[in-house]
Amino acid sequence: MSAAPQGPFGDPPFIPTHQSRHLEALADEAVTIIREVATECENPVLLFSGGKDSAVLLHLAVLAFAPARLPFPVMHVDTGHNFPEVITYRDEFVERVGARLVIASVQQSIDDGRVVEDEGPRASRNRLQSVTLLDAIAEHGFDAAFGGGRRDEDKARAKERILSFRDRFGRWDPRAQRPEPWDLLNARIRKGEHLRAFPLSNWTELDIWQYIKAESIPLPTIYFSHRRVVVPRDGMLLSVGGPVEVEPGEQPFEETVRYRTVGDASCTGAVRSTAATIDDVIVEVAAARITERGATRADDNFSESAMEDRKREGYF
Amino acid sequence: MTNVLDVHDGGLMTTVLEEHAGLHVSTMPTLRIATAGSVDDGKSTLIGRLLHDTKTVFEDQLAAVHKASARYGDGEVNLALLTDGLRAEREQGITIDVAHRYFATPARSFIVADTPGHAQYTRNMVTGASNADVAIVLVDARHGVVEQTRRHAFIASLLGVHTIALAVNKMDLVDWDEGEFDSVVKDLTGFVDALPTPVEIVAFPISALLGDNVVSHSTSTPWYEGPALLEWLEQLDVATEGSGAARLDVQRVIRPQGSDYRGYAGRLAGARVAVGDAITVQPSGRTSTVVGLQRFGRDTACATPGEAITIELADDVDIARGDVLVLGNAVSTETVTGQVCWMIDRPLEPGSRWWFKHGTRVGRAIVESIEYRHDLTTLEQLPADELRMNDLAVIRLSLSEPIVAEAYVSSREGGRLILVDEATNTTAGAVMITTTS
Ligand SMILES: Nc1nc2c(ncn2[C@@H]2O[C@H](COP(=O)(O)OP(=O)(O)O)[C@@H](O)[C@H]2O)c(=O)[nH]1
Repeated sequence: MSAAPQGPFGDPPFIPTHQSRHLEALADEAVTIIREVATECENPVLLFSGGKDSAVLLHLAVLAFAPARLPFPVMHVDTGHNFPEVITYRDEFVERVGARLVIASVQQSIDDGRVVEDEGPRASRNRLQSVTLLDAIAEHGFDAAFGGGRRDEDKARAKERILSFRDRFGRWDPRAQRPEPWDLLNARIRKGEHLRAFPLSNWTELDIWQYIKAESIPLPTIYFSHRRVVVPRDGMLLSVGGPVEVEPGEQPFEETVRYRTVGDASCTGAVRSTAATIDDVIVEVAAARITERGATRADDNFSESAMEDRKREGYF
Repeated sequence: MTNVLDVHDGGLMTTVLEEHAGLHVSTMPTLRIATAGSVDDGKSTLIGRLLHDTKTVFEDQLAAVHKASARYGDGEVNLALLTDGLRAEREQGITIDVAHRYFATPARSFIVADTPGHAQYTRNMVTGASNADVAIVLVDARHGVVEQTRRHAFIASLLGVHTIALAVNKMDLVDWDEGEFDSVVKDLTGFVDALPTPVEIVAFPISALLGDNVVSHSTSTPWYEGPALLEWLEQLDVATEGSGAARLDVQRVIRPQGSDYRGYAGRLAGARVAVGDAITVQPSGRTSTVVGLQRFGRDTACATPGEAITIELADDVDIARGDVLVLGNAVSTETVTGQVCWMIDRPLEPGSRWWFKHGTRVGRAIVESIEYRHDLTTLEQLPADELRMNDLAVIRLSLSEPIVAEAYVSSREGGRLILVDEATNTTAGAVMITTTS
């Protein structure tokens, strides 16, 4: 981001200053939802990708039951295409909060013949995750899965309920969404069904970052700027190594980048960024929101990959 | 790495962004808004305008809107496209649902529940308004107050929304005529004055399309001396403390292994509670004293309504999920009368059985009677043998478990319950209690 960000109400860049009360109210709401679902359902699980939203979610879940231990396990749907930094982080974080980690492996689903992997250098395992997730939910008998989805991620998400019901085939029927008056959550389900709960529904990306800062929640290092060898592909900067191989005609180069989201390494793009600290990231996120079209942009990848990122985060 | 199990004391989040100097610090709480209006009154345009003018729109979204607007060829940027997920659905006849939007200014953060305005979607309006501090009701200045407008005002009042922002839109199409504006305001004010629950109307002459009086005051309305809609929303005071007594509907008893700690977790409602306060447990009627309070796992001396807290008591009383800790007097009841909004296809009939949930108490409910159904246009009270989806009515219920009920007008938390279909488990009705016997 080279452009000097301009706030709608004049410089400096617009960053709300009433956030403390706002964030606390969001946290109260999330804790209430987590407690309610965890108590109404028999066997919940928290989906933890190692990304920023799930870090906030896990942090809040721990606070919700303190000083008791987290009363449910944490599950990572592991595509096998990970950033090593994220796995290290996952293990440390989960151990620190004393949670039990369940790993649902996409590789295992492939080996078991449950799913067939796409061929070729651009194959992604993103699509396969749903099968692995549903299999794991059935295998462990989970009746509720907490996810870090936020309604500001995209238009479809804007209408997602806090509790989202899945039938025995794991299907979501948008026509049969339950009305959710007040905060009287109705988590009743039939045997074999399960629900997804989204305690962060009302958080925006900026809220997430500000809360991470306020609470000093640790994050994987790839969220902050670092040097990395990347290759431009489909409007994204992909990290070379691991599942990404350089194709003929592509020119890898070293760049100062960071990630806005952590996902499957084969299809998660880095953005050019020098944001090395939480404060830098908050300013960058705030600026990304407010930059007018036509104002100088650091590069075109920025918005494109951001859009892609948001979609991917909405995956669960 | 920070140990999230550490109990930090104080200072929570107060440091956030303090170093980003140059902006004044506001302590205004987040404002929850429900929007309502008939089709084509300009609701999408208004929300798009608010998102756009507060720079909430991502560049990529804006680029897409520019592109789409150019395709439609009228040169103007069509802000309604920003929220047009709903329109496409409307045309295809699939889900029509409450959508949530978020924006913020330096003064305040806002959450908008955007409720589609079809007559048959009363339930969406109820859902949206149930969590709202304020409702924005749109009217097309050329058409004035229509049946939908009255319906929306009535629902907002039933749900306990104290203030309606009446956005008289498309003022540009009536030459910014003060008389037209006044007659719309007078019309709706006359209607709400006749409602059982009082509602305040604050009116704004706006053009969502051009932006007049939305974010800043317009020069086209020299006769209008009030603030722009957004300025007003930024300053709007919403009572966080209800008029009722403090109550905590116990969600869960927290008992760490190998420790004496026993905390009652829930969301505080009604009024403050502090260490040292005397409480009563309902329905058992036992009393004790608050000896510890935690929020986010950290000790605090005092908690305010809305906070997710844990309470420790001096005595080892028997308390389970569903019980209520109250400060002051409260009584339990097994019969209630209330306004109901019916939300599912299966009709509600006298004698029918449902699950109910009130606070954290779950039990069975039997419909004793349907007292009457509201005609939303004339406000007449009509007899009814059954209630169908989107009906609003008054019913009497008998409950299998006692609840600590209050009238909805004096306590939102104590005065509301939901009915759940036993067969499908779907939420079937929203009830606002009027009488607790
Ligand atoms: N002239 C004028 N047209 C408006 C105004 N607000 C909305 N419109 C137009 O009215 C039509 C319906 O608006 P829209 O926002 O889609 O209505 P909705 O159905 O309530 O969401 C669109 O063609 C808008 O451009 C306004 O203030 N002035």
